[in-house]
Parts: sequence; C-alpha cells; structure tokens
Amino acid sequence: MTSSIPGDFPVIDHQYAIEARNIVKRFDGETAVDGIDLTIKRGSIFGILGPNGAGKTTMLRMLLGIIDPDEGERFLLGSPNPISKSHQVGYLPEERGLYQSMKAYDAIAFMGALRGLPLATGRRRGRQMMEDHGLGRAADKQIRQLSKGMAQTVQLLGTIVHQPELIILDEPFSGLDALNQGKLERLIRAQADNGVTVIFSTHVIAHAERLCEEIAIVANGKIPFTGKVSTARDRLPPQVTLETRNLNGPWRAAIPADCQPLGHNWSFTLPESGVEPLLRALIEGDAGIESLSIERPGLHDAFVHIAGEAVANKMAQDTAGNGEAA
Amino acid sequence: MIENIRAAYVIARRDFTAIIFSKSFFFFLLGPLFPLAIGLAAGSLGAQVSEDIDQPVIGVALERGESAKLVKARSALARNLGSGSLPELIILNDVSPADPDIKDRLNSGPRPLTAILSGSLEAPNLTGSQRDVKRWSGKVALLAETALSAPQPVMVEVDFVAETDSSEKRAQLGIAQGGQVILILLTMILAGMVLSNLVEEKTNKIIEILAAAIPMDAIFLGKLFAMLGMALVGITVWSSLGFIGVSVMNAGIPDLPAPAVGWPLFSVLMVLYFSMAYLLLGSLFLGIGAMATTVREVQTLSMPVTMGQLLVFFLAATSVTKLGEPIEWFAVIFPFSSPFAMIARAAQMDNIWQHGLALAWQGLFTLIIIRFSVILFRRNVMKSGSGARKKNLFARMRG
Repeated sequence: MTSSIPGDFPVIDHQYAIEARNIVKRFDGETAVDGIDLTIKRGSIFGILGPNGAGKTTMLRMLLGIIDPDEGERFLLGSPNPISKSHQVGYLPEERGLYQSMKAYDAIAFMGALRGLPLATGRRRGRQMMEDHGLGRAADKQIRQLSKGMAQTVQLLGTIVHQPELIILDEPFSGLDALNQGKLERLIRAQADNGVTVIFSTHVIAHAERLCEEIAIVANGKIPFTGKVSTARDRLPPQVTLETRNLNGPWRAAIPADCQPLGHNWSFTLPESGVEPLLRALIEGDAGIESLSIERPGLHDAFVHIAGEAVANKMAQDTAGNGEAA
Repeated sequence: MIENIRAAYVIARRDFTAIIFSKSFFFFLLGPLFPLAIGLAAGSLGAQVSEDIDQPVIGVALERGESAKLVKARSALARNLGSGSLPELIILNDVSPADPDIKDRLNSGPRPLTAILSGSLEAPNLTGSQRDVKRWSGKVALLAETALSAPQPVMVEVDFVAETDSSEKRAQLGIAQGGQVILILLTMILAGMVLSNLVEEKTNKIIEILAAAIPMDAIFLGKLFAMLGMALVGITVWSSLGFIGVSVMNAGIPDLPAPAVGWPLFSVLMVLYFSMAYLLLGSLFLGIGAMATTVREVQTLSMPVTMGQLLVFFLAATSVTKLGEPIEWFAVIFPFSSPFAMIARAAQMDNIWQHGLALAWQGLFTLIIIRFSVILFRRNVMKSGSGARKKNLFARMRG
C-alpha cells in the first residue's frame, strides 16, 4: 500500500524500519558497499556486526540519507527520502561531535530541535534526562568542561530526546568503559521495551550476542548473513564435551573416528544423527560417563564460520586495539 | 519547504546566539569604532581647517556709505564674537543695490559668493541658495542692526536661487558613490567571515549530526542568515553610534542633499541591498569555505576572495557615472555587482519598480548558489552521489 504527502516522496507503509535493495557505494573506484540487501523489522534490536572498514558506517550513512548510494534504493520507515523521516529517527554517529561552548542540557535540546522538538521542551527533557542518568550537576556545564564519557552520554541523550521510533547507533560502545557499556546496554533494552527499533553497529560480538534478536554480518562491503542470532549459531552443529572412565569399548564407534582423548576428556562435534543415538551408544557401550555437556556454538564461532577466519581475526584486533570490554 | 525553513531557523538561532553571546562579539563590535574614532577626530580637525579656509563670503551691493557702515559693524562684532563666526564681506562696487540680475552675479566674480546682500540696510535683501540664505540671514540682520544702531530688528528679505540640474545631479552622484562605498566596505568586512563558517562543524564532527537530521540546504541557509543577523546587529550598533556622534558634533542632523528616491526609501534600500550583497557573496564564500578542511585552507582562500570582491566593486564603481550604458546594465544584471549598481541607481533614478525586480533576481540567485554549493559539498566533502570523489577539492589540487 502506498500513499503520498504533497510535495514529498511516496511513502510505503510496511512492517520494515529499514529496507535496502542492492545498494552500492564506491569511493574513487573502490567499492565500499557492494550490493547490499537488508530488511530490518520494526520493534526489534538489530546488530550490524563486522570489523572496522567492512562498510558498516557507509551503509548506515546511506540508510540515513547522509549520502546517496551510487546504485540501488533504500527506504527508511517506508520513505525513499530518509531526511523526510528525521523527526522519527535518532542517530548517534561513530565520530562523536558536539558544540564545545554549549551547555550540556542545551546541546541535548539542540539535537532534539534539529529533529522537530520544540526547544523549550528539549531543554526541560534534557535536564530531566541528565538527572535520571546521574549527571544532573553537569547539566549547566559547557561540553568542553565534561569528561569524554559524560559528553558521550550527553550526545546519546540528545539522540533520543525527541522520543524517536527508530534509533541508529554507530559503534555506540566504542570508547566507553565497562560500567558505561553496561548503562548503554540497559538504555538500549529500555528503548526496545517501549517498542522502539534500535539498530547499532559494533565490532564486539558479545554486545550483539547479548542484545540483539537479529543481526547482519558485514564483511568486505557485503552481507554474508542476516537473520536471527540463533539461526547464525545453528549454522554450526553443537559441540559435545565428554568425560569417560573407560577409554575403549564399542561406544567408540558412536564418536568421530579422528577424535582423540585428552586424558579421559573428549571434545567433538555432535554427529548428525543427534543426541539420543549418541547417548544410547555411550550407555550401552559402557563408556562410564563421568560428565557430558552438549553446547550450541557461540556467535563468535558462527561469525568465524560465516565471515571467515581473516575477517574474524581483523575484528578481534579492532576490539583489542580499542581496549574495549566485551 | 516549511520544514526547510524551520530547520534553517534552528541552525540560524544556534549560530546567532553562539556569536552574539560570545565574548569575542564585543570586540567585533568595538573593532570598527577604533578607526572611526580616529576618523572622527581627524574629521573634526579637518572640519575646523575647512571652516577656516571655506569661510562664507557675502557680496555687498549697497550704497557706498551703507557698505562702509556694514564693514565697520562687522569689525566691531568680530571683536566680541570672533571673526570665524561671521561671514566675510566683499564690497561689490560694480553691482547696483537694485540690480535685477543679481542672481547672475553669484558666480560671475573672481571668487564664488555664498550670497549677495542688496537693497538697503533698513530693507536688506539676501540672495543665494536656500540652504545658505537660511544659514546666514540671521547674521546679516545682526550686522545691519549694528550698522544702523537700530532699536528695532531688521527684517531680511530673502531670494532663493534654485538648485541647478547639474548641481542636483552632482549631489546625487556623490550619494550614489557614497552608498556604494559604504555597502562594499560593510560587505568586505563582514561577508569574508562566512568563509570559515563550516570549519567548526567539520572539525567537531557535528556536520554528521546535522546532515543526518536536516537538509543540507537548510544548514547553509541557516548559517548564512545567522551571519547576516550578526552583521545587521553590528551595523545597527555602529550606525546608531555614528548617528549620535554626528548629531552631537553638528548640533543636529546635517542638511544633506536628497537621493532621487528620497532618504527614507534610500535608507531601506541600503539595508536591503546590503542584505542581498551579503547573502550573494556570503553564499558563495560559504560554498567555497565548505570545501576547505582546515582553518589554514580558509586563510589561504581569504586573499583571492577579497580580490574578487574588489573586482566586483570596481565594476560597480565604474558604472556609477554611466547610467543606462551597457557596462552599467551589465553591473545591474551581474548578480554579485547588482546590489552596488542598484543602490547607485536609487540615488540617481526615482523609479521604484526596478528595485523590486532587482531584489527578486538577487534573492533567486542566492538560492541558486546555495543549491550549487550544497551539491559540491555533498559530492566533495560528504562524498555522496554517483559523482562522489574520495579526495576533496583541495586534496585534488594538491594532487
């Protein structure tokens, strides 16, 4: 179903907060984003996972209308003109920026005013939000007088002061200590609980694993996977960790032939036949089970499997290089 | 459209308050007052010197005996009042007190005369321009009363000489040139500041937040109007102080010749054409400055930009005496010189409709420049669109 606003672009009403079709972006002949298709449902927490330079920020900038794609089309809250939806969107860029001479609560109000919030309302909310986040005493301080963490919080509050229905955060955890990362995670969850769609990019897998219902893995300008976190993990079979009293017996036929014990401990991929045949073989074959655990692989393993070892190593280096907590 | 205006207002309000409430704005306001104070002091000295040199000269065409009495009365009064406060008297022996062509004698002698006193001491007649006659008739009456030792006041008959067409045109030409100089000076002082206007946003990474929230055209427009607002505040302060200063020094507003459209409309047009000149040049400078990535690049740009302004001024100044000629029409139509050429027209031509047309044209061209600047900015700085290049303009110039 389509409708149109006079003087505006046609608006497509559908369930997606974001829809991108084959968007391409090249800089000086080099392809930064290479034909990406992406749909993000409204009301979810969505993570965009990938190392630095994978094309996450370029993709977000195209989705927000900061830059136009060279090819393809994108819809933000149903509109092909993302700026026309800016009142319903909050955006925290990767490179943080605030006017240094502005007072903190004024900076929040200004960011709200840019997106249609009356200045007086923004100032009132700005003060209240700073109080709520334990920064009440800093509300009247200039941005240049705040610590880096406080300034980042001010910018985050400015991103949500106009109560948007879609929040896009580019590397929001970057530069935050563990305490502030925890606060940010709680804030993201609180927004999602209110029905807000939250999209964030990160190169730290743990954040995506803890917060997201769905993710997109970005590598080399492409999206090799998009979907539920559980679906990504299901791409790898579960891992079995077993401790036995006996090292030999007919039960050995039930585990992979190349699996070698470490003492009395065994680690192997769950056979395709599943848990029950394995369990039956271990008991009937008198393995003498001391302990047994069957675990689904983590998102990290799934990421390595999907994006490849090289990309995973690059992302690990990014995380280590930034000294970020997971 | 309404959303664009709202967004531009948000930007303009932020920039305007940030500038106006900064400590540096106080120094900005004070800046022109230092040369102005020196200028006023020099002007005051000059005026005194000028007064001494250009003392009014009144030709006396009275009977010989009355002329002698008048000269004696002047000497007596000069001892108490000072010579400078009285007009110099020259006896016109060859002019009859009842000469019917006395007006022609004003400029026929070896020295130009401010006015001619004829008739008799009991019934003097002062002939001259309205301004001069009004100014000196009181002093002439005083001289006549002193010469006659009259107990009753002497009434001076006055006879005005109409301003000639050529003198009116000369005066209007002077206003045209003065108006142009004031406009170009203000524009040169103030429009160049727009060059560095986007540097703060780029160095502080705020541009990303702005670009994601509102159209780039609104950012440019808002910044331009904030700077125009600041410039108008400065001009209001300076002109108010100047007005007060001139009023105090001259004990009233000086009697100036009127421009063709009259002083009230001319003043309004000065403000409007300054605004247009500022918006036109400012939008161009904003566009150029937006391409620069550092303050150093902006500083490098300042010189060619100033040269460009001077060229525009020379074009307008050349055309001021050539009303209706091709070069003047070119200056009127070429957007960057149009405000300067049009203020010269306001001083010299009394038809008003052309100003509406010119202002509309200048406004339209401002919007065209902003649009073009935004396209360049998005392509070269934001690296947006299919024509985007990775390097910015300066990086490409550097190779």
